[in-house]
Amino acid sequence: MADSPKKYDKESRYTEGRWIAGGFEGETVTRRRLMEGTALAAGGIATMAFLLPGLGFALGPLFEDTIPTVWQDVGPEGDFNDLSYVPRVMNIAPEIGDAGKTTIYVRKFNDGQDKVIDGQDPQPYVVISTRCAHLGCPVRYIQASQKFVCPCHGGVYGFQGDVEGGPPVRPLDRFYTRVTNGRVEVGDRFSLNSELERFAPRDPSNHIDGLWQYLYPSRPTT
Amino acid sequence: MTPPLPKSLRRSPSRPGQDDRNGKNGKNGRNGPATKPTAKEQAVEGTASVVGWLDERTGASPFLRGFLYRKVPKGTNWYYTLGTATMFAFLSQAVTGVFLAMYYEPDATRAYESASRITNEVFLGEFVRGMHKWGSTVMIILIFVHMGRVFFFGAYKYPRELNWVIGVVLLVLTLLMGLTGYLLPFDQRSFWATVVAVNLNSSGPIVGPYLADFLRVGSEFGPTTIARFYSLHMLLVPLLIAALIGAHLYLVAKLGTTAPPWLKAEKKDLLKEEV
Repeated sequence: MADSPKKYDKESRYTEGRWIAGGFEGETVTRRRLMEGTALAAGGIATMAFLLPGLGFALGPLFEDTIPTVWQDVGPEGDFNDLSYVPRVMNIAPEIGDAGKTTIYVRKFNDGQDKVIDGQDPQPYVVISTRCAHLGCPVRYIQASQKFVCPCHGGVYGFQGDVEGGPPVRPLDRFYTRVTNGRVEVGDRFSLNSELERFAPRDPSNHIDGLWQYLYPSRPTT
Repeated sequence: MTPPLPKSLRRSPSRPGQDDRNGKNGKNGRNGPATKPTAKEQAVEGTASVVGWLDERTGASPFLRGFLYRKVPKGTNWYYTLGTATMFAFLSQAVTGVFLAMYYEPDATRAYESASRITNEVFLGEFVRGMHKWGSTVMIILIFVHMGRVFFFGAYKYPRELNWVIGVVLLVLTLLMGLTGYLLPFDQRSFWATVVAVNLNSSGPIVGPYLADFLRVGSEFGPTTIARFYSLHMLLVPLLIAALIGAHLYLVAKLGTTAPPWLKAEKKDLLKEEV
């Protein structure tokens, strides 16, 4: 007999050798096995077909800069001097409305004192964000001591926004500035390390000094 | 295996001599002539036949009996109701939340107005919003008290470790509900609290900044942030919570509850003489 059952071998590659009913010579995968695999693969492909685009859609903002640059007018040049900060209210994302209003501190660039932030044209104005570099509470400028103080956990910053005490991990962020038709305009935010070197905008609590900076990657887009 | 039905739900054969009009002996039984069933009997019979129809087609009876009439250990007390209380707090949140969603608009320019409209203008709006707001606090208190009960009674021990793990995930999800819901009134407090909360997420090494970008939809709190929080708050997290509550309850019914730790096993109960 041509297809007489071969010697039983549990480990055999062939269905015939494993004595599976209906197995024929040279068959290694049973029909049942093949159908299982097909069903699983089809289900997996169908799931991925909606899951991956959906996830990409939800995670898009990680890879894409969604906040457009907006230059906001904060007043005429005459309002500001180079010795003390003047508070102004602006909205980082204007579409948010009243809830998103935040204070910024504005002063003229002081040629004698201020360091030119590297890698850019000297900014005509120094605009300090009030978002504390610890966890983002609003800091307040105290003219008498020329310091910024955070109410939440006692972070203290000097006149340049450099850390003088408390938990903040880096100086206060700043904004780009320009002057158009005699009016001061404020643009995007940027971050500074302890040497007052410019970095892409980071979240509060993200280090950009020493070894710590490698734990807080920059956004791919900014 | 399946616990028996309680006595009140079991049908008992009629006593000898008692009038059996439409009972087990049938209409032509020996106990008397067939008479018209009363309205009450018809109602009972009708309900029983509907229940029977469903049971015959689903086989739900053994499952429900095991779930609802399972034995509980001696010493079971009011502390054992805390989990159910938490679940009812969740159900109340779900129901009030669905109704709030009928009036609320998750848009940066409309959110505050629609929320204050619910409070000030919609009929019973203040009450339903109040239930949702205070209910969230109640749920978080209850979940922690329930967790404390399980911890101090030692009810997390073998074989219930998995249920403890599921419970901890439920706790985290409930806190996430609190976090995402806090933004939705969209006043100054909720806005800045959310900014700080997202910054807290950002302080985690390596994944932190990405997590913050995911929550905020970008590097700054923008107009779409509120839609994302709304979607997490009313779709993703509640679905996960509901599914995990199902798993949690299944394990409770499967494994049974524990006796309170102050109760010692009584030996005389273990040796029961058959009479």
